[in-house]
Amino acid sequence: MGTELGKYKLCVSARSADKEILKKAQDGGIVTQLFKYALEEGIIDGAIVSGPSDEPWRPRPFVATTVDDLMKSRGTRYNISPNVSFIKEATRSYGLDRIGIVGTPCQMQAVRKGQLYPVGLRDVPDKIALAIGIFCMENFPYQSIKQLVEDHAAMKLEAVKKMEIGKGKFWVYGERGQVVQLPLKVTHNYEQPGCHVCLDYVANLADVSTGSVGSPDGWSTVFVRTKNGDDIWSKAIAAGCFETKPIEQVKPGLELVSKLANEKITKNQKTVEERAKFGVNKALRNPYISPK
Amino acid sequence: MPEEKPVPASADVKNKVETLKKEDKPVADKIKAGHVHMSGCTGCEVAIADNYGGLLTVLDKYVDWVYDLTLADVRHIPKMDVALVEGSICIQDKISVDEIKETREKSAVVVALGGCACYGNITRFGRGGQPNQPQHESYVPIGDIIKVDAYIPGCAPTPQLIRNVVVMAYLLLKGTKEQQELAKKYLTPLMQLADRGTEACGCDLMYHIINQGLCMGCGSCAAACPVRAITHEYGKPNVNREMCIKCGACYAQCPRSFFNFDVMNEFEGIMELIDGALK
Ligand SMILES: Cc1cc2nc3c(=O)[nH]c(=O)nc-3n(C[C@H](O)[C@H](O)[C@H](O)COP(=O)(O)OP(=O)(O)OC[C@H]3O[C@@H](n4cnc5c(N)ncnc54)[C@H](O)[C@@H]3O)c2cc1C
Ligand code: SF4
Ligand code: SF4
Ligand code: SF4
Repeated sequence: MGTELGKYKLCVSARSADKEILKKAQDGGIVTQLFKYALEEGIIDGAIVSGPSDEPWRPRPFVATTVDDLMKSRGTRYNISPNVSFIKEATRSYGLDRIGIVGTPCQMQAVRKGQLYPVGLRDVPDKIALAIGIFCMENFPYQSIKQLVEDHAAMKLEAVKKMEIGKGKFWVYGERGQVVQLPLKVTHNYEQPGCHVCLDYVANLADVSTGSVGSPDGWSTVFVRTKNGDDIWSKAIAAGCFETKPIEQVKPGLELVSKLANEKITKNQKTVEERAKFGVNKALRNPYISPK
Repeated sequence: MPEEKPVPASADVKNKVETLKKEDKPVADKIKAGHVHMSGCTGCEVAIADNYGGLLTVLDKYVDWVYDLTLADVRHIPKMDVALVEGSICIQDKISVDEIKETREKSAVVVALGGCACYGNITRFGRGGQPNQPQHESYVPIGDIIKVDAYIPGCAPTPQLIRNVVVMAYLLLKGTKEQQELAKKYLTPLMQLADRGTEACGCDLMYHIINQGLCMGCGSCAAACPVRAITHEYGKPNVNREMCIKCGACYAQCPRSFFNFDVMNEFEGIMELIDGALK
């Protein structure tokens, strides 16, 4: 295992000790539980999360300042939620001095760029108190999810209880108990193009990052990465917020995480290279080299 | 930071010499920097000052503030290591044109500070006819008149980006070999932005991010826009082009304009370094 998992201080399999959180959490309820703990302890004043909107399964970023708000954000909505769009507003209209934020690996990249190069993010850099990253292989435009669920899985979006990507399939669970699985070959066509140059699977730049891969159903794999993340995570453990198991003792374990991370990075690195000779002596832009 | 009351940079020479004598580091270790004021609103200058205590530490340890129309009692542009230029250049104003050229001659490094100096920003909309000097109608970014080494875009630029750049500029000129390497890597994209050109618009998100298949819907652009011209429609930015003042913040903030892994991967250490430098 090399750099594909980023820097981390520890990795465990975990789930929230709170049954209420687990009822609607996507996996082990790590995100909601850790924010809840941080909010109650005054480590954060609020968190930018992604919640439901006026259209079914279309996420909308919002600033959660209560545990009730956090509970509304549980679960994964597999389409774009521009969480970072609230990062300055959170310090202004919402008055947060200590911001929590959850997001995909690219959104964690955005947060760190915002701290190192805060071009338009006045007073934000010193107010990021807890950045939680979620693993991510790809994301979709809303219309893609609509077509996948309604055209391919032949279900109504309103009638879907949960969506999940795992075990090599896209799973759609209906409110009435029906389960439809689509091969990833079908979903690949519908991914947002920006994901194809993405070189991070497990949110390397988060304070704490988490996802389902590597752990048994209902549990999450957790990487604790920064000093700040380590500090908050160990306090939350001491407070009894999580059940944990050593990652070496769960199946399928870290090896699968590594394998998927390497697959993603290799594939997308290739795309980045192909972009360099996309046209006839014309390249598409490469943001990893320069803003030109 | 000394415990005593901060001494304004404009204090008389005797005072200044005394303060310097008390410092641990001789003045020779400091870099010489200044603020050159062209057609800008002084918002950039205020952003420098908004570093509060951090600014005093910078002046105390790293920077000799040798020129600043508002803060330093110096009438003519002196020799400087780093000139931070605020504002665009009115090409009908001979003094401005002469002074920006003089700034270039006398400074090792010229940094365009803020949207107006980098891209023209709101002054792009100027068309003359205003009282006192109605014939002053053409305002151009400083990069249209002189070669610029690095950009700090934003309207106003943020105190924190100014702070980060100042610390890095110091390390580049006075740091250890390792620190110089880091500072060079950090400053590179800001130099590349300067190289890239003098035009900016919310449209850059269309031309250079979305049209290039790079947008992933993070929302940074909307957060960065000072006039709230950007909203997200189903995850992708939509620019209200009537509202856009052409500051360039959205594009520079976007993780898909530039993302230098060699720097970003070290974010924790760099934040600590900057924090430590300002204590
Ligand atoms: C697009 C996408 C792709 C993913 N791909 C993988 C994968 O390949 N492998 C893997 O192991 N895990 C993946 N995940 C992560 C996984 O689905 C869970 O989100 C994660 O394990 C957290 O679960 P939890 O029970 O700890 O969180 P919960 O307590 O259920 O909370 C979920 C949190 O995720 C946030 N969220 C929901 N949807 C979005 C969104 N669209 N954008 C940003 N934030 C959102 C909510 O705000 C909420 O705070 C992906 C998530 C997303 C959004
Ligand atoms: S694959 Fe990468 S770019 Fe796409 S949503 Fe996930 S983290 Fe962002
Ligand atoms: S900042 Fe860039 S990648 Fe993020 S939403 Fe805006 S244009 Fe897209
Ligand atoms: S859209 Fe906003 S941030 Fe972008 S250039 Fe215009 S004013 Fe600046």
